[in-house]
Amino acid sequence: MRYYDHLIFDYSKPGRKGYTLPKAAAPATSTAVPEGLRRSSAPALPEVSEVDVVRHYTNLSQMNFGVDTGFYPLGSCTMKYNPKINEEIAALPAFAAIHPLQPVATVQGVQAVYRGMEQMLSAITGMSYFTLNPCAGAHGELTGLMIMRAYHRSRGDMGRTKVIVPDSAHGTNPASAAVCGLDVVVVKSNADGLVDVEDLKPLLGPDLAGIMMTNPNTLGLFERDIKQIAALVHEAGGLLYYDGANMNPLIGKVRPGDMGFDIMHLNLHKSFSTPHGGGGPGSGPVGVAAFLKDCLPYPHTDVQPHGDLSLVTPAKTAGRVSAHMGNFGVILRAYAWLLTIGRQHVREVGPIATLNANYVKELLRDAYKLPIPSVCKHEFVFDGLINDGSREGKEGATTLDVAKRLLDFGFHAPTIYFPLLFHQALMIEPTETESKETLDAFISIMHRIAAEAAEDPDILHAAPHACPISRPDDTTAAKHPVINWNDLQAE
Amino acid sequence: MHPYIPHTPDDIRKMLDTVGMKSLDDLYADVPQEYIYKGDYDLPDAMSEDEIRRFFEDLATRNVKMTCFAGQGWYDHCTPSVIPYLTQRSEFLTAYTPYQPEISQGTLRYIFEFQSMVCALTGLEVSNASMYDGPTAAAEAVRMAVASTRKKDVVLIASTLLPQVKEVVRTYASYSGTVIEEIAEAEGQTSFEALAAALASGRVAGVMVPNVNRYGIIEDHTGFADAVHAAGALFIEYCDPSTLAVLKSPAEWGADVAVGDGQSLGIPLCYGGPTLGFMACKKDYLRKLPGRIVGATTDRDGKRCFVLTLQAREQHIRRDKATSNICSNQSLMALWVTIYLSLLGPKGLVDVNERSSASAHYLCDQLLATGRFTPVSDKPFLKEFALDYKGDAHALHKALADKGILAGVVIGDHRICFAVTEKRTREEIDCLIKAIKKAAL
Repeated sequence: MRYYDHLIFDYSKPGRKGYTLPKAAAPATSTAVPEGLRRSSAPALPEVSEVDVVRHYTNLSQMNFGVDTGFYPLGSCTMKYNPKINEEIAALPAFAAIHPLQPVATVQGVQAVYRGMEQMLSAITGMSYFTLNPCAGAHGELTGLMIMRAYHRSRGDMGRTKVIVPDSAHGTNPASAAVCGLDVVVVKSNADGLVDVEDLKPLLGPDLAGIMMTNPNTLGLFERDIKQIAALVHEAGGLLYYDGANMNPLIGKVRPGDMGFDIMHLNLHKSFSTPHGGGGPGSGPVGVAAFLKDCLPYPHTDVQPHGDLSLVTPAKTAGRVSAHMGNFGVILRAYAWLLTIGRQHVREVGPIATLNANYVKELLRDAYKLPIPSVCKHEFVFDGLINDGSREGKEGATTLDVAKRLLDFGFHAPTIYFPLLFHQALMIEPTETESKETLDAFISIMHRIAAEAAEDPDILHAAPHACPISRPDDTTAAKHPVINWNDLQAE
Repeated sequence: MHPYIPHTPDDIRKMLDTVGMKSLDDLYADVPQEYIYKGDYDLPDAMSEDEIRRFFEDLATRNVKMTCFAGQGWYDHCTPSVIPYLTQRSEFLTAYTPYQPEISQGTLRYIFEFQSMVCALTGLEVSNASMYDGPTAAAEAVRMAVASTRKKDVVLIASTLLPQVKEVVRTYASYSGTVIEEIAEAEGQTSFEALAAALASGRVAGVMVPNVNRYGIIEDHTGFADAVHAAGALFIEYCDPSTLAVLKSPAEWGADVAVGDGQSLGIPLCYGGPTLGFMACKKDYLRKLPGRIVGATTDRDGKRCFVLTLQAREQHIRRDKATSNICSNQSLMALWVTIYLSLLGPKGLVDVNERSSASAHYLCDQLLATGRFTPVSDKPFLKEFALDYKGDAHALHKALADKGILAGVVIGDHRICFAVTEKRTREEIDCLIKAIKKAAL
């Protein structure tokens, strides 16, 4: 990767343009916008040529790391390979050119994608129905909680405003609950890293809306008391929400619907192979048990008796959660992936992802602290280096240092300082698309980094050494925010 | 194994040996047996690439290809071929959120450019890295208004906003205890008198109005900001960003916050998504802004670089105290829009508006000349306008759909909203007019 220090604005020169519009279809109208509604001066957009644009963004791309560049052991993010046929399908004009308000009778192909997707996701998860309208995982969580509240409200059960979230949960869980107007109560993990059932019991009561759980949890551990937890929560009148960010190890092996979960979301940009795009667009479908069908958001695809697909508003709907029906282009990609995998290969996904995680864990536990040694699922958490090299007059190497040093060797860093249960958390998730050779190379570099730390932690403190930039000054960035081109010129 | 999974049987055996297990099933020994799914997965047979291609081509035949005169917030503008070409570069496409800035400067720089361009269009000082879509951005703006004002629980929204915007705003608000009241319209645009009356309650935290409304009318917000600010509320403009090349900016109207959907900036319709939501505000509200923000700084060697900043607002740090739950947003679509605005430039974006507007006015005049329509309003419009039809609007719409023409969007039994962009040719417009003349009244 080569450092390249330009912004598109640098290339701007008055009078340049980068695109030709079609011929005007009608003579210009001068009276269209009265003076009082007109903008006083042109927006400060760059004026650049097409070549400028192509070179600039190509150069920018070369300062970026992606799944196609190398291994991404990013915990809870499931950075698996993004197949190329999926991109081809999403770009088909017969789908890409369709207006969202086209009459439903003229978009039966689009609706068949929604319907087929709903059925396949139901088959994999054991849920009865899905909405595909949420645009991302956190949006799915929020939608799921809205469904939960809509259900309680539909029964006249208005006092259920409390949601239980484990201390190991993704940050989006409590944040989504707060946006949904729910009060968050934290349940502790026990020494094995699992939800502490005894800590849970006193939290259950008539004000309980539900519990949000991730299973396997963010330590990669299967919550084996789930049956008891489900029974307790249901007995108290609450619903069970499943955070599907960690669904990958269960694909082809375990179905959340069978474990007593009432509502769940999936991240199509994780387990279902669609690209992350540098932070979206994603897709966060929400699945529900049969008794919650009437609470799904609208519009929802339904089948008419004669077989045509139509759009309906469920009777006790949670509401409209996005403009139309979510990120259709992302849904198409995931559909293509499911067809690729099919019934023949679905059972390979979760087990191989789980094998990969356990393999890496086993071969690195001699150099990195493993607080919870039991068998993991798709991911696991180290708590920093066993020997961080600290000594008289020398600070030891931290998890941040290890992460930055990995970048020098062509690997993305694992998720760091999450979950919050350990001070030096280093969370690793390999996914099933990584070969033994890739994992071996990663393991070998992780050992080398551990050896470097033991010898001289300064090598790690100074990392990265081989990236376009060294570590940025985050403090100044936050203290004196420079967040647009105007600010930057004023510097 | 499927080709996406590179393991040979020998690899699997060796790896199982390493972890001290005999079979893949052993990896799930901690899962209660009753939860191991033993049934058949009800999925289709696995397909090859070519079969997948045929499958979707076959599905596609069940969609009717139509010439688009529909708008209502989603417009069929031209897309330069450079955009899909560049956004498909796998360094952009397959990257994660730029949490490791040393190997993510590409993503961070384009988000910084995106923020700069949103600020340029809206005239406001601060923008985030994108939201899901326009309606959810509007819902977040409502939350921001309530969070920025003390003990106020009412937000006023214009009845002239797009229905999807109003419905998403109402959905979000219904769970957070915020009361949404609609401001009545007069002659097709938000009534200042109705606004002033509603503000008198003293409970209003924010007011949201569209710059171009659901009838395509360019709204006149003279006096709105002063009235809203005098009542201690935030003034929010919901905008079509493409039109901001020619129309008064949210900052010029005195808005504190601007939101909208970026679809009109060259993003294909794609049945409504992915597009992106944008959100800009005055600097005073920077720390209330939801979502990611990229800022400039320097690295240890003094090189200019970019990072995600002000993260103390976000869910992964603040959990239930965060300004929003948003995490993944629509980053790649922010790149899409940034490239679009770079290619078009200020002049090109004005041309898009002028050509679309000229064509829309031509169509409007021709439709009125048929004697079958009457105007809904005499207020100025750009690319979209509403007309009342003397016959059954649904029947007319259906008749034209059968001819492959998407004749606007029916918004009442006798009312249709038509949109025309620079992409529509004279022949296509004349074909629509001819088909309407031929249709049974």
